[in-house]
Amino acid sequence: MSRVLIFKRFERFWHWFQALLIFSLLITGFEIHGSYSLLGFGDATRLHTIAAWSLIVLWLFAIFWHITTGEWRQYVPTRDGLFAVMHYYLIGTFTGAEHPYRKTTRAKHNPLQRLAYLFFKLAISPIIWVSGLLYLFYNDWPATLAGALSLETVALVHTAAAFAMLVFIIAHVYMTTMGHTLTSHIKPMVTGYEDLDEPASKP
Amino acid sequence: MATLSTVHRGRYLAARFLAALLMFAGTPGMAAIERSPATADHSKFKSLQGPFETASQVTDACLRCHTEAADQIKATTHWTWLYKHEETGQTLGKNQVINSFCGMAVTNEPRCTSCHVGYGWKDMREPPPEADSAVDCLVCHDTTGDYWKFPTLAGDPTYVPREWPKGSGKIVQPPDLPDIAQNVGATGRANCGSCHFYGGGGDGVKHGDLDSSLVSPERALDVHMSPEGANFSCSDCHSTWGHSVSGSRYQVNAKDTLGIDIPGHTDLSRASCESCHGAEPHEKEKLNHHVDKLACQTCHVPAFARGGVPTKMWWDWSTAGKLDENSEPIATYDEAGHVSYLSEKGDFRHGENVVPYYAWFDGTVEYTMVDEKFDIDNPPLEINRLDGAPNDPGSRIWPFKVMRGKQPFDTEYKTLLATHVFGADDSSLWSNYDWPKALEYASEMSGMPFSGNFDFVETRMYWPITHMVPPADQALRCGSCHAGESRLAGIGGIYMPGHNANPWLNRIGWLMVALTLAGVVIHGLARVVFRKRKQS
Repeated sequence: MSRVLIFKRFERFWHWFQALLIFSLLITGFEIHGSYSLLGFGDATRLHTIAAWSLIVLWLFAIFWHITTGEWRQYVPTRDGLFAVMHYYLIGTFTGAEHPYRKTTRAKHNPLQRLAYLFFKLAISPIIWVSGLLYLFYNDWPATLAGALSLETVALVHTAAAFAMLVFIIAHVYMTTMGHTLTSHIKPMVTGYEDLDEPASKP
Repeated sequence: MATLSTVHRGRYLAARFLAALLMFAGTPGMAAIERSPATADHSKFKSLQGPFETASQVTDACLRCHTEAADQIKATTHWTWLYKHEETGQTLGKNQVINSFCGMAVTNEPRCTSCHVGYGWKDMREPPPEADSAVDCLVCHDTTGDYWKFPTLAGDPTYVPREWPKGSGKIVQPPDLPDIAQNVGATGRANCGSCHFYGGGGDGVKHGDLDSSLVSPERALDVHMSPEGANFSCSDCHSTWGHSVSGSRYQVNAKDTLGIDIPGHTDLSRASCESCHGAEPHEKEKLNHHVDKLACQTCHVPAFARGGVPTKMWWDWSTAGKLDENSEPIATYDEAGHVSYLSEKGDFRHGENVVPYYAWFDGTVEYTMVDEKFDIDNPPLEINRLDGAPNDPGSRIWPFKVMRGKQPFDTEYKTLLATHVFGADDSSLWSNYDWPKALEYASEMSGMPFSGNFDFVETRMYWPITHMVPPADQALRCGSCHAGESRLAGIGGIYMPGHNANPWLNRIGWLMVALTLAGVVIHGLARVVFRKRKQS
């Protein structure tokens, strides 16, 4: 066992700032959608727009970081061990089995995480981005776009993606409690360090 | 839909305009407009010293210098009471249309023609009197406030002391015509208001956004007309051209795309908000994005009849004529003190601070003319119809007062009927409370056919709302429309975030969320249970 820096400083900043923005976006977004009244439509819209732009900027940095550090490889899907992980969450966790996956700094996400995060990054987020920007710039649509697309469709897609985001977050937050202790998965996301089986990697 | 280039141009215009607006609105109580001093002191004119026996002698005096004024007036709608509608081809105007208040002006002279901008139009089957001296200069140009066209004299003021209202004991004195003539000037709110605030037979009755509270309104009631605001007179917006006044209720400029009116660029008619404020007047761009679909008035006139004067919302003529046990007419009042029944007129409902009705509107209004057969089996009958549609780029969502009520129609000919309500003769409704007699006589007088069989049909009439604009901070909030139960409910043809949502998306979306939550809770509980079992 060794104490290893598994989430670097930028990664942690990215994660928690993104979490804050996504929660703000969900809360204001469903108010804009008309699900409840909290801030009032005008303030909700303003906050939603600010948070959206912030998230876009954050993502641009995150994309740059992923490319330059090669960390994008953490999200390459694999079938190897996928079913073992799924089996663990469905059955093993109750029978007291050990988690089948051994985390390393090079592969810190188990196969199920890889799939879930990849889906988040390549499906939910881009759909929210594109539909959100179309929504935001509705009045500036060129005529060809305006003829082919309606605000209603854009809003429908955007909201559907928001539901997917909400589902992802509920599952994601719950899964973080499934370490050895309730917080053992959450701690590394805060401190950056985790005790791993592998020896500390040397440069 | 704005393209990028117009957005940039718009931003420039908006910024420039904002600067102007800030200069105007930045100070508490914007600067009232100042007017240039007159080049003539009318009290120095010999011909205005009097004495004048009649008001029309004053007109003669006016015309000695203002040689073209009478001809100009006689070419306007204010004189002819006729309006040829270019879009629909209908001939409208007070001379032709029927409304849901007192019906038609025809057969109710000289009461209705007391508001004609002339003297002596006693029979509307004929055009107004031809003499130049029949033009009334004073009703528009009096600045003393002492000139008053007596309600029953076909346009003249009274020349002898007369009681008004009848039976009130209040005596109206003849006006001091030389004094009035020597103090003529530009028109003010009270001039236009002396007729336009009293349409439908009383203060505020007809329009809802025009009543005597606008003579000297508080800033919160009308930021443009308030002496603490811009102190505009009507003609500052309803600009004139040779005495012809701009701005029409029959053909509204529902979407002014000319923008700010600048000499040399446009026609200088200013009877639209955009004439001064431009097409993108808001600091917040998102608000400017609303102007393609919303009339300015929709957000900026949140309610009408806000000045303490109620407006009539319902008028049921079918109940007119009930008398008390002494055969005397009855008057009853509602809890707000507004008259709710009169034997002469039937049942009323009044409203104050009324939230408008909203509809897509391209500016064209079509009328159900008095000789037009209508579908009597499907009331209510629309006295006027609003053109416009959501997908029409020339239409916007506009606010309206909807006047409702019941009025007589011919069950055989299936047409509306002229109603002879006013008159000293014994056939008018207000003299004998006898509908058949009044309708019969109206038909005889007007030449409009009447079979003798009549009933009452429920009607609706739409009145565009455009005045009573409060300061911008009292405009509607986003949530006034972007909410489930919003004032734009039922407007149709537009997707409003927060108001419209796909019910299936919501059902499926929340179901997925609920299933995920349930899965998480069940999984978590199972973990707790298995852990305890292991420990024990």
